[in-house]
Amino acid sequence: MLNIKNLHASIEGKEILKGVSLQVNKGEIHAIMGPNGSGKSTLASVLAGKEMFEVTQGEIDYQGKDLFELSPEERASEGIFLGFQYPIEIPGVSMVNFMKTAVNEQRKHKGLNPLSSSDFLKLMREKKELVELDTGLANRSVNEGFSGGEKKRNEIFQMAMLEPKLSILDETDSGLDIDALRVVANGVNKLKSSENATIVITHYQRLLDYIVPDFVHVLYDGKIVKSGDKNLALELEEKGYDWLKKNVVVK
Amino acid sequence: MSLETTDIEVKEKFVELYNNNRNILRKGSTDYVNQIRDEAFQKFKKLGLPDKKNEDYKYTDIKSLFNNGLKTFLSPKNIEFNVDDIFQCDVPDLNTEVIILLNGWYYNREKQLAELPGGAVIGSFQKATEEYPELVKKHFNQYADNEKEGLVALNTAFVKDGIFLYVPKGVVIEKPIQIINLLMDDEDGLAQHRNLFILEENSQVSLVVCDHTLSTSNFLTNSVSEFFVDKNASLDFSRIQNEHNGSKQLSHLYFHQEKDSRINANTISLHGGLIRNNINVLLNGEGCENHTLGLYLTDKGQHIDNHVFIDHAKPNCTSNQLFKGVLDDYATGAFNGKVLVREDAQKTQAYQANNNILLTDDATINTKPTLIIYADDVKCSHGATVGQLDMDALFYLRSRGINEKEAKLLLMYAFAHEVIKKIKIPALQERIHELVDKRLRGELSRCNFCHMNCK
Repeated sequence: MLNIKNLHASIEGKEILKGVSLQVNKGEIHAIMGPNGSGKSTLASVLAGKEMFEVTQGEIDYQGKDLFELSPEERASEGIFLGFQYPIEIPGVSMVNFMKTAVNEQRKHKGLNPLSSSDFLKLMREKKELVELDTGLANRSVNEGFSGGEKKRNEIFQMAMLEPKLSILDETDSGLDIDALRVVANGVNKLKSSENATIVITHYQRLLDYIVPDFVHVLYDGKIVKSGDKNLALELEEKGYDWLKKNVVVK
Repeated sequence: MSLETTDIEVKEKFVELYNNNRNILRKGSTDYVNQIRDEAFQKFKKLGLPDKKNEDYKYTDIKSLFNNGLKTFLSPKNIEFNVDDIFQCDVPDLNTEVIILLNGWYYNREKQLAELPGGAVIGSFQKATEEYPELVKKHFNQYADNEKEGLVALNTAFVKDGIFLYVPKGVVIEKPIQIINLLMDDEDGLAQHRNLFILEENSQVSLVVCDHTLSTSNFLTNSVSEFFVDKNASLDFSRIQNEHNGSKQLSHLYFHQEKDSRINANTISLHGGLIRNNINVLLNGEGCENHTLGLYLTDKGQHIDNHVFIDHAKPNCTSNQLFKGVLDDYATGAFNGKVLVREDAQKTQAYQANNNILLTDDATINTKPTLIIYADDVKCSHGATVGQLDMDALFYLRSRGINEKEAKLLLMYAFAHEVIKKIKIPALQERIHELVDKRLRGELSRCNFCHMNCK
């Protein structure tokens, strides 16, 4: 589904990603872990098409397409979803209007007719329950005045509405208490199928108790320095990142 | 030196026009109006038109507007048109009383004053000067500033017709009253209507004013409106400025508020080549509440200049000023908001904000929010911002599959929403939402040259 080869990316001339390679197949859950500043969020942003990052080298194939040829909105319509680490507040744009526009734009891209208002509201009700999102929140402006936990749940709600093929969840667990974490993880698990894939970016092993990954990768200094199965996450929890850093230096 | 020459020429042109038409102007006007007219004329002769050396007119060149051989509408012209056609244009589909001014003249010459429930009266200002001399005498030209404003003195000197509204004590008019200012002629022209709105104690009214051009001629409007809002009365005033971009509009609003009165005044500027809005508010009693809001969406060569002055003369009043604008292409604009809190006006709450989004490097805005405070126990704030669209928000929307153009529209719409949501009449709010959406999409421009057949 997704094939990243030797990806280099920089911001304002500073290289952040220094040769990332990663293959994700449908049905898989990948966890990307790593210390602060290792380039995890940059990788997520590059995949979603944020223009402030400059790709200097490498290629990304997504379902047979060159990802760099696609605008952020085209990537979304092709099934890529980024769950933001810091969801943006947009005063004045209602959640309903936002989601309706997004759903219908994506339908247009696929050659489908827009959803009727009643079908749309029905869909929204259904998906809200999945992440236990308050009805009140859905009637407010996008993320405006939402608590940290509400913002993250709102990300998963949007994911549920848009039914992506490849979800990239950037630190979705940060700032969540254990109950909210469970709600978010449940949402992700319910949306999982043999047809879609998920990349979970996280700091802590904690989230991986709820979302069990097939693969765990450690990103350090812009490169994937180690890959393994879910046990790698446990090992990291126990030993920290230092032993990996040492390995890199030796290498 | 050449500027001086132009000044004298423009001024002399009006002096000559006045002197040549003095009899036409005086005829049909009552003596007391003519007395005020003569006084104003003398003041105009002294003041002339403001030039750019005048701090208040620094960003808008007034004189050049007048110096182009405009015809002045000294008498009403009979132009037939079907009112229903205009409704289908941009006028909100409200259940309203409809009042039309054509080139500054009350359109319905058959019935120049209409009675509303509770003894309220609406109609032609000129007719009201004859029918209700006591009322008009008491309020006409009492609030407008003829001493410093040459444009106001000019309007007063040429005063003929406009809108008159009288709402007696305790009368609540349920239906919003819609006033449509139409400009239509086959020649370029100057319209100078004069409006007087009197709201007695405990009365209440909603006004919706729409400015339209219905022919391609270049119009200049120099209008003055006076509002007297007595104790505990409530005025809701919304206006939509949507003239074609060859037109120029100078408007002067004077709001006089007495104790415990409330005013909401929204100015939505969509089209118009040059718009200068002077909005003056005097809070002349305790416990007044005033909300003065504005939204301007401009592009191409449009110029918008909003000039607001709120005078807190008495204690315990609240004023809230919010002006927001989106400027595209090479549009230019200015905002000058002044709040004066006088020594006596303790416990004043005054807020003022002007926020702008510039969509291009060529669009410019000059903004100057000012607070002058002489009282010591007050709560005031003011601020201005000039910026671009929030790139993070734009990316967030795009990452959900919303294309760039649509995402930008959503953000501009959201920016404008803060002003629109303050419009009290739900149907009007909805209609303005639509108009703003259309305007931002560039779909409203077809109305620029609508000859009333813009279905």
